[in-house]
Amino acid sequence: MKIAYFPGCTLESTAIEYDRSLRAVAAKVGIELVELSDWNCCGASSAHAVDPVLGVALPARNLMIAEDMGLDIAVPCAACFLRFMETRKHLKEDSSMRKEIEETLGKKYKGTTHVYHPITIFSQPAIKKKIKQEIVNNLKGIKVVCYYGCYLVRPPETTHFDDPENPQIMDELIALTGAEVIDWSWKVDCCGAGHALLKPELVEQLVGEITEGARKAGADGVVAACPLCQANLETQQKGPNALPIFYFSELLGLAMGLEKEAEGWWKKHLISPKAAIAQQR
Amino acid sequence: MKKDLAFIRKVKEEVPEVSRCYQCLTCTLGCPLAFAMDLKPHELLKYVQLGDKEKVLRASTCWMCASCETCATRCPNEIPIVKLMDLLRQESVKEGKVTEQGPKINDAFLAAIKYLGRVHELALIIDLKRRTGGLFKLNPDEIRLAVQMFRHGKLKLLPIKIKATKTMKKIFSRLEMQK
Repeated sequence: MKIAYFPGCTLESTAIEYDRSLRAVAAKVGIELVELSDWNCCGASSAHAVDPVLGVALPARNLMIAEDMGLDIAVPCAACFLRFMETRKHLKEDSSMRKEIEETLGKKYKGTTHVYHPITIFSQPAIKKKIKQEIVNNLKGIKVVCYYGCYLVRPPETTHFDDPENPQIMDELIALTGAEVIDWSWKVDCCGAGHALLKPELVEQLVGEITEGARKAGADGVVAACPLCQANLETQQKGPNALPIFYFSELLGLAMGLEKEAEGWWKKHLISPKAAIAQQR
Repeated sequence: MKKDLAFIRKVKEEVPEVSRCYQCLTCTLGCPLAFAMDLKPHELLKYVQLGDKEKVLRASTCWMCASCETCATRCPNEIPIVKLMDLLRQESVKEGKVTEQGPKINDAFLAAIKYLGRVHELALIIDLKRRTGGLFKLNPDEIRLAVQMFRHGKLKLLPIKIKATKTMKKIFSRLEMQK
């Protein structure tokens, strides 16, 4: 299976371990990720806040590149993922906006490229079967909670991901590793997103509530699927007994026998996952 | 309070659903940042319906909103509240009523995308601190975090510039036309 890959700006720096683990796991299960050539930033939370057309035009250019490649796109950052999904929706529903953007970019938009978060790709029955076959290092004994945050599940009519209040798809995927996935109540709560830049005190409060919820549930760590969530949960978690924040791809990789590669991923974590991993029996 | 009919018309043109709000408070109860807002989401909706432009555009609400979409997902009247927040951000900037530093984040992000095509996180943070006058006033927490990020190799030092910078300029030219 071949799919275009849009890493997004954070996976080149603060979330480099997400990029590396994702590529390694994809290769293990026979998914070929082809990075979009010369991709541009999706516009993050800023483009659409300033101008609705700008917020659509930036991801539209990336969608057109993938269309030229004849491939669907995998978008690992939940924030980028929502921008792509919003863009597809606008280009389909608003023909005057589509025409304006086509004119600016000098290219027609065909609407042939679908956008998926890697969790959805890995959760396809055929891929899941492959993951099961590749599991050589059962993570039994490690207790985790899965944190979905906002942009995978909301707005549901745009992201078409999973139940917006109690999603299960990541829980089921991580359960394949043998780790104990605990049910909890903060799955889809907001981490404060970009407030980390100018109002970290707001993020600290939200992250405090989320991670306290995870601790009360008895988790050794939190599993995230978004570089923004992971960074906020990791950098704004204050006080003793800080929980490590994994990327879902890291736990999959660890269970698939990529222990050597995982050593490199753990080095990128500000909160060491070593104690959590030591719970493995 | 002055009822501004033109403001009501402008909002209803973009978000006609605002008139459906019947103050059930679902938005505010689920809002993770309501505690930091001077006007809570349901209050803001009421002032929008009443046409109190001054109060609405000077409120911190749209700048505290993290666009998490919890309110819009749960709203029984399907009011696209985040779309409303985007509109209020734009109107508040246009009318010079901004009371928060939110627009500076957007300016820093968009400047980066316009010139490089991508966001270089380290440069973005430095630019943002410069824009908000905090570059030489970092607190110990911020310095500690920066050192930690650097030691863990989480900060890419040099920015990447995409090849299609001309296309980026073209995309952004519509913003200049609006000015």
